[in-house]
Amino acid sequence: MKICITASGESNESKLDPRFGRCSYFVIVDLDINERTVIPNEASMTGGGAGVSSGQLMAEQGVEAIITGNVGPNAMNVLKAAGIDIYRGENKSVTENVNFFKSGKLKKITETVPSHFGMGNRR
Amino acid sequence: MTIAVLSGKGGTGKTTVSASLSAVVKPSQYVDCDVEEPNGYIFLKPDILHSIPVKVETPFVDDSICTGCGDCAEACQFNALAVVRNKVLVFPELCHHCGACYIACKFNALTPSERITGVIEMNEEKTFVQGKLNIGEPVAVPVVKKLKEYLKTDMPVILDCPPGASCTVVQALEDCDFCILVTEPTPFGLHDLKIAVSLVKKLGFPFGIVINKALENNSFIDDYCKEEKIEVLMEIPYSKEIAENYSDGILPVQSNEKWLRRFEQLYDKIKERAKK
Repeated sequence: MKICITASGESNESKLDPRFGRCSYFVIVDLDINERTVIPNEASMTGGGAGVSSGQLMAEQGVEAIITGNVGPNAMNVLKAAGIDIYRGENKSVTENVNFFKSGKLKKITETVPSHFGMGNRR
Repeated sequence: MTIAVLSGKGGTGKTTVSASLSAVVKPSQYVDCDVEEPNGYIFLKPDILHSIPVKVETPFVDDSICTGCGDCAEACQFNALAVVRNKVLVFPELCHHCGACYIACKFNALTPSERITGVIEMNEEKTFVQGKLNIGEPVAVPVVKKLKEYLKTDMPVILDCPPGASCTVVQALEDCDFCILVTEPTPFGLHDLKIAVSLVKKLGFPFGIVINKALENNSFIDDYCKEEKIEVLMEIPYSKEIAENYSDGILPVQSNEKWLRRFEQLYDKIKERAKK
């Protein structure tokens, strides 16, 4: 199973980035073979539609669950259509969030935040 | 002659200047291009008699033809299309109506479908025209474009532009003959004035500056104008009287003879300096 953590940096110690569409990095972990792929989020500075393109990327990467903070309405539509589950992570490192996920401590997100919620606090 | 009033920073006094000019120059046409928040009507009090919807075309997907190949989503530069599990998702409000997806689709599975994103309103004589973008719509350019189809050619036109220096402003400025840049003596006013100046220079329009909420010493703005050899056309003082009247929907030119003459002088200067 592949899961993705939205992260503020590239390492396992980087903290969770609470914005889904405009996060800095996607850290994809294949739990079956314990392999890690880091993808810088090209959509983080896009003019619009960051959630759509980030959602599309998750679908293309075959991710089955996402650990993040907030998901906007457009991203939610893409992720729902792709059948990807969304979990609310904690303000901790990538490694810690992966462990929380494995032990079933994270809750599923079904509600969205308003459009453009993640547009402040840009890199 | 078309005169565009812009500012960079919002709240500097574009509407004060453009509505005052249109109240002084008779006959003239006032066009409110600030379609996200048109407010000229508060001062000019027109009788709106005509209302015309602004339509845009966004893609409709025929699922019986679509193979889910993803070419359309790849062609879209605005992330208005996504393809997941071989199904196209359309996000109409992100669409910029460029038409790239129709060309990219090898199977002709996409067809344009009409959507209303705003409205153009005007009085009987069309001397007052305003555009309104529907609430929640992020793409204002089509409304400004439509608005400009109603510009008169037999009298001076005054365009009250949106704030900023983005696509909507560029669309509003297109084909104008003179630009008035309204600023205020604050750091933010100067910062955004510089952006607006570089825009009108790039577009090649003659322009001058009006300092609103001016103090006794505006060296802040004056020094910059001197350095850049930009003409300050007029100063409107930081005045409680003007502000109070404004809050009641009364323009300076409607309350004080002095301002009527000052705006007439402003118009005379613009006539001399404009392209046509």
